[in-house]
Amino acid sequence: MMTNQNCAQNLELVSGQLFTDEVILDIDDVTISYSGNPAVKSVSFPIAKNKITSIIGPSGCGKSTLLRSINRMNDFVEGVTVQGQLSYCGHDVYSSEIDPVEVRRNIGMVFQKPNPFPKTIYKNISWGPVINGYKGSTDELVEKSLRQAALWEEVKDRLHESALSLSGGQQQRLCIARALAMEPDILLMDEPCSALDPISTSHIEDLLFELKARYTIVIVTHNMQQAARISDYTAFLEMGDLIEFGVTDQLFTRPSQRRTEEYVTGRFG
Amino acid sequence: MNSDLKLANDNIAARHRKARIFRMFCAGVTWMGAGLLAILLIQVTVDGIKWLDYQFLTSFPSRFPYKAGIKSALVGTLWLIVMIAMVSIPIGVATALYLEELSRKGRFAKLIEINISNLAGVPSIVYGIIGLAIFVRGLGLERSLLSGALTMSLLILPVIIIASREAIKTVPMSIRQAAYALGATRWQTAWAHVLPASFPGILTGVILALSRAIGETAPLIMIGALTYVAFLPEGPMDSFTALPIQIFNWVSRPQQEFHELAAGGIIVLLIVLLTMNATAIFIRQKTEKKLQ
Ligand SMILES: Nc1ncnc2c1ncn2[C@@H]1O[C@H](COP(=O)(O)OP(=O)(O)OP(=O)(O)O)[C@@H](O)[C@H]1O
Ligand SMILES: [Mg+2]
Repeated sequence: MMTNQNCAQNLELVSGQLFTDEVILDIDDVTISYSGNPAVKSVSFPIAKNKITSIIGPSGCGKSTLLRSINRMNDFVEGVTVQGQLSYCGHDVYSSEIDPVEVRRNIGMVFQKPNPFPKTIYKNISWGPVINGYKGSTDELVEKSLRQAALWEEVKDRLHESALSLSGGQQQRLCIARALAMEPDILLMDEPCSALDPISTSHIEDLLFELKARYTIVIVTHNMQQAARISDYTAFLEMGDLIEFGVTDQLFTRPSQRRTEEYVTGRFG
Repeated sequence: MNSDLKLANDNIAARHRKARIFRMFCAGVTWMGAGLLAILLIQVTVDGIKWLDYQFLTSFPSRFPYKAGIKSALVGTLWLIVMIAMVSIPIGVATALYLEELSRKGRFAKLIEINISNLAGVPSIVYGIIGLAIFVRGLGLERSLLSGALTMSLLILPVIIIASREAIKTVPMSIRQAAYALGATRWQTAWAHVLPASFPGILTGVILALSRAIGETAPLIMIGALTYVAFLPEGPMDSFTALPIQIFNWVSRPQQEFHELAAGGIIVLLIVLLTMNATAIFIRQKTEKKLQ
């Protein structure tokens, strides 16, 4: 069983400061290749517990690839190899003793496009916990998860209607609620707002702020303002290389790399 | 500039003409097929309709056309449908699910895939011979309903597997990813999400395959279904006859009345088929609506 008892206090120098947060996931010299072609090259940075870490970078730089490797969703893509270490509270996520299913139970994921199950709203939330042996009241769980995702008021009278009858933004919040129902340690989000209008986006951003108290969030985003607004740490990737990792404020206002500065100020390319 | 535009216009006119000709060709072919079918149906109905009555449905076959009926053949066919469905649906769908969702996509899976496609093209009489050798003689099941159903199941398994795989392939990857990301195993994902989402497609394939099975005559003749049965089967080990066999038997007699009886039998067979297809469409629409 995986536990997060022994999360190491990792003291690294980040942006010239000591990284004093508790590290829940340490990405250490990770290289990910598709049939031999590296898409992520020797990337290392820590993910701090109960913080929001954003991953930014131009299209095709390997953000999704890196994110998917954290909860082993890459296993379903043919020809992927992962080198290096991803240690989640001291467990190497890729060690042969670790069951990838177990990893995914603890590290949830929200995808770029809302992908609710073609079932009722209620079932969407309850299914994950139930198959994983949840014994408590699913009614309570559904309500709690939907409240956390700020969706309860909108759907409480139609829990047994199809999830596909919801709007895109509501569907995405449902997907977040579904992931939260598993009570994951870490929540991975791949451009969760890219299909949403500004109002739904700000709903979700508010939500992330609240969730931070209980969950660790890693979010991939193309939206610089969003990264700057919501995240505590930011990693900037370019063509598979980690160019810079640091405290978000510093990375956006006083980046140490010229390429970072060009990218965040929009002078990229 | 002007001439360029004109050239383009000419081209468009030519393309429209081509499209129109092609459309007319397609429409013609479609109507020809439908027309031939209609002529056949009308012919059969004209011949057979006067024989279709309660007595025809509830009598056993007889030497006298006015006493002859289709009871044992109809009941035999219904038995067959149920038994074939019970054997072929679980095996076929499970195989498709295994090949698409659970197995490693290696050389072995490829080999099986090619074999199944080939099996779908094997003539039905060959399945009859296999059924005779394995079920009737080898396993000693005699000329029973069970032998018939097992043989027919072999015959339609490839079709069910191929149709089910196609249906499973249409389930969006994003649904599987959603399930995996919740810590579901492949099996749990396949069972709870992939199977229900592909259900309408699988159902269509299954019904088409079953329709094929109940229209087949050759394998049943091969395994020795009887042509004259004056009793109803009471269990899977009883001997039996089926609609196409009864029809075949009547057609091969010299008297005109028996030919008309055969037409009546064909109408009954068609009604059974149409009922099955209608059921399939009904269930499909109901489930599809639920998914939307
Ligand atoms: N399944 C795959 N097979 C082969 N190569 C892939 C696959 N998925 C991604 N790649 C390659 O890996 C590289 C990184 O892709 P990735 O999807 O991680 O980029 P990204 O940073 O998420 O881009 P975007 O912002 O457009 O989503 C790209 O060059 C892409 O072509
Ligand atoms: Mg991406």
